[in-house]
Amino acid sequence: MAAASASSVDSPRISTLILQRKTLAIGLAIIVVITLLAVLAPLIAPYAPGKLSIVNRLKPPSATWFFGTDEFGRDIFSRTIYAGQLSLLVGAAATALAATVGITLGLVAGFFRKADGIVSRIIDAMMAFPDILLAIALVAALGPSLATVIVALGVVYAPRLARVVRASTLVIRELPYVEAARALGVPTWRIMTRHVLRNLVSPILVQATFIFAYAMLAEAGLSFLGVGVSPEIPTWGTMIAAGRQYVGQADWMTIFPGLAIILTVLSLQLVGDGLRDLLDPRLRKDL
Amino acid sequence: MTDTTQTTQQPDAADILLSVRGLSKQFSTGSGPVKAVEDISFDVRRGQIVGIVGESGSGKTTAGRCLLRLVEPSSGEAIFDGVDLFSLPEKALRAYRRRLQIIFQDPYSSLNPRMRVRDIIGEAIDTHGLAKGAARQARIEELLTRVGLSPEHARRYPNEFSGGQRQRVGIARALAVEPELIIADEPVSALDVSVQAQVLNLIQELQRELGLTMIFISHDLTVVEYLCDEIVVLYLGRIMEQGPARSVYANPRHPYTRALLATAPVPDPTVRRERVILQGDIPSPLNPPSGCVFRTRCPHAIAACAETVPTRETVGSGHSVACIRQAELVETYQD
Amino acid sequence: MAMSTPNAGNHPDALADDIVLRADNLRTHFIMGARAAKSVDGVTLTVRRGQTLAVVGESGSGKSVTSLSIMRLLAHPGRIVGGRLLYRMRDGGVVDLATLSDKRMRAIRGKEIAMIFQEPMTSLNPLYTVGDQIMEMIRLHEPVDRHEARTRARRMLELVEIPAPDKRLDQYPHEMSGGMRQRVMIALALACNPALLIADEPTTALDVTIQAQILDLMRRLQREIGMSILFVTHNLGVVAEIAHEVAVMYAGRVVEQAPVHDLFARPRHPYTKGLLACIPDAKRDRADDGTRKMLNPIPGSVPSVLALPAGCAFAPRCPLAEPHCETAPPELLNASPEHLTRCWRHELL
Repeated sequence: MAAASASSVDSPRISTLILQRKTLAIGLAIIVVITLLAVLAPLIAPYAPGKLSIVNRLKPPSATWFFGTDEFGRDIFSRTIYAGQLSLLVGAAATALAATVGITLGLVAGFFRKADGIVSRIIDAMMAFPDILLAIALVAALGPSLATVIVALGVVYAPRLARVVRASTLVIRELPYVEAARALGVPTWRIMTRHVLRNLVSPILVQATFIFAYAMLAEAGLSFLGVGVSPEIPTWGTMIAAGRQYVGQADWMTIFPGLAIILTVLSLQLVGDGLRDLLDPRLRKDL
Repeated sequence: MTDTTQTTQQPDAADILLSVRGLSKQFSTGSGPVKAVEDISFDVRRGQIVGIVGESGSGKTTAGRCLLRLVEPSSGEAIFDGVDLFSLPEKALRAYRRRLQIIFQDPYSSLNPRMRVRDIIGEAIDTHGLAKGAARQARIEELLTRVGLSPEHARRYPNEFSGGQRQRVGIARALAVEPELIIADEPVSALDVSVQAQVLNLIQELQRELGLTMIFISHDLTVVEYLCDEIVVLYLGRIMEQGPARSVYANPRHPYTRALLATAPVPDPTVRRERVILQGDIPSPLNPPSGCVFRTRCPHAIAACAETVPTRETVGSGHSVACIRQAELVETYQD
Repeated sequence: MAMSTPNAGNHPDALADDIVLRADNLRTHFIMGARAAKSVDGVTLTVRRGQTLAVVGESGSGKSVTSLSIMRLLAHPGRIVGGRLLYRMRDGGVVDLATLSDKRMRAIRGKEIAMIFQEPMTSLNPLYTVGDQIMEMIRLHEPVDRHEARTRARRMLELVEIPAPDKRLDQYPHEMSGGMRQRVMIALALACNPALLIADEPTTALDVTIQAQILDLMRRLQREIGMSILFVTHNLGVVAEIAHEVAVMYAGRVVEQAPVHDLFARPRHPYTKGLLACIPDAKRDRADDGTRKMLNPIPGSVPSVLALPAGCAFAPRCPLAEPHCETAPPELLNASPEHLTRCWRHELL
């Protein structure tokens, strides 16, 4: 009888919730389009990204070359969508690495008081450096390559996640349901995954979206400065770097890859903000 | 320091499930050490409900957590069925975790919001390998029915329940491992009066049918008087008075117990009791008074109270009081 | 105790001399799209001059929303959608708080009606000393200079029995204990000498011995100042200690109002009776040999304010309910001249 009261109102479908939030929906839509363009580049691109055509160098945007051509007569549109593959890959891989390292460090620091001192110091020290400087130093030390850039960015952004995870872990660790699990004799690693990590999915997801955006920006920055991937490989960063010399005569060389970066980063930020709103129980609570 | 209660009463040892001796817990804080619990000793007999009462800062919650080793005690021993829980290494302790369980005050934060009820209860069963497959499923349903919920509730999440129902889920989780002793930390304080009665009835039914022993931690003297067989009164981490509940309630001998009983609101406007209103605030545990910790608020305090920490003196069968003036004060209580 | 007073509803516009506040069929809803949470749906109660009316109810009964409605401090999307809140000003004039302009309401808050809350920490500003806060309150409503305001603030702290008031004036809220903070809240509320004090669970967060001090203080202040108090609580023990009259709320309505002795001696609503029966009482609920008897809880649980039953909201849990109760919401009936109940079958009690 007493049991009959809790009405099991089904929570609305996740798709409805997303559509209700315009920023999240728009951000997600743009990301999907950009990702599709990048992945399907071989099918969409009118030219091969490396195809030289010296006679057509530095042509402005037109029906033939949507985004114009570069100093070697290569099609900027084709190169921009091909470059998306690498830029997104670097962002995704660096985020995955940052998540793995950051979550682990954060959980360990939040759960074991002895480890906390050292881990927190390292986190603070790393966060005291500007992201890009730290990344440059790491790439310089390891030697520039695609893999190095990913590792460097992963390491640079790991502390951000570690800090979020540590702070939340410290709170959740003291909650009665964690005490209940300890009183039952549930092993520590299971408490960490089942009780702590599971309740951190939303802040981690939100933070990861932002890291994705930062990592892409940073990759472009590294490439622009010439310490990223080889200038031969088209990424949005290397394209802008190459266009730098021709800004006066062929600004389309920098504008289009630049727009690609801005659009991607902006939509990732929209998704991050939207997710934060969607997952924040304070904003969702019914009366 | 020494406990004199055992000398007067020698219940046969087999009767005692848990014997706490000299339990102390100090926390180190930024502003110095805090003695949250200081030299607490009491016995819990099989099948009984022992009430631990006190206000905030009394150490009642810390004491409960220490017994479960959720908080590591600083010193003392807790002999449970012949074994000192405090000296067990973590591995060996795991087996005892099954025999002692806890029920929490807050029905909201005591259940993981991301887990379904069947996983919450299932985790307890799995941790000790008590049942698998269909038997596990059946056990979960049996437990839910036992605490007054229905098997269909198994697939729900905690936020789909009311406070009282959540508390029932918490009780089912504790019962899942078939414990012998349950420490209930303010289990009904967060509930509405009408729901509180439902849960108190459930606790009693379980205690009777399953032969459970309980430590019931509470600030609510009315509930404790009704529910408990024995009572331990704490103030600033020390035991002020303890004994059979009937004896302590009928004949409180410590000025603090008397004040507590006199100030607890009773739902009867015709009751005009002697108003012993204690002056001032509970002192900070960071800087407790010397001698008797209660003396700063005690209406009967004299200079000697600041000098010595009172030892507990037996005043009746199993009833003891930590007050140096308890004998002479009896007369002032007569009227 | 008041003699024969007219019942609420007889003369809609008149307010008997000894009545400070009368809520008439107050309805406060929280409107979210097409749904309305009827948190308060027909509250009728009276507060008499110089007396304490305790409003008692469980969570979700609408007791806090009632007090916030009187103060007009409802958070969005809460709105008073019906009924009246007649209040007698100190100059004798009667106003309807439910429809008063925001500007006039601001002048009433603090000066005519003041409020204290369960957790004083959230209603005191942590960045200012308690002296500054009391002085600001005084100077907001009265044209006095800083020096005069400080003297008055000091007197207020003395009034609420705070030791060393000069030192305390310059302290911040976090430097005080919970009990001290509640005293400061009371000083702040009484600084402009209001006629009505609304106290929303003021002792719930306090320890028993501190609760006793605060209740004692409130009783003494009422005797000395003569203010009326509307005391919201869930604790029937506290009600018995502080109230002259009691209004019992259930599912957004007052189901019973009566002088405190009448109510406890002979509750005339099955819900009140059920509440009293389920508070453990060792004398009643334990046999002479000490064995416990089972308590008598009210079966079921409180209905959702989003889906209230058509008839009496308590009918689904009521031992006296008959088919009529489930269709017709009971009016506020006179069980005796001073004893109002919203139960068709109150004579059976």
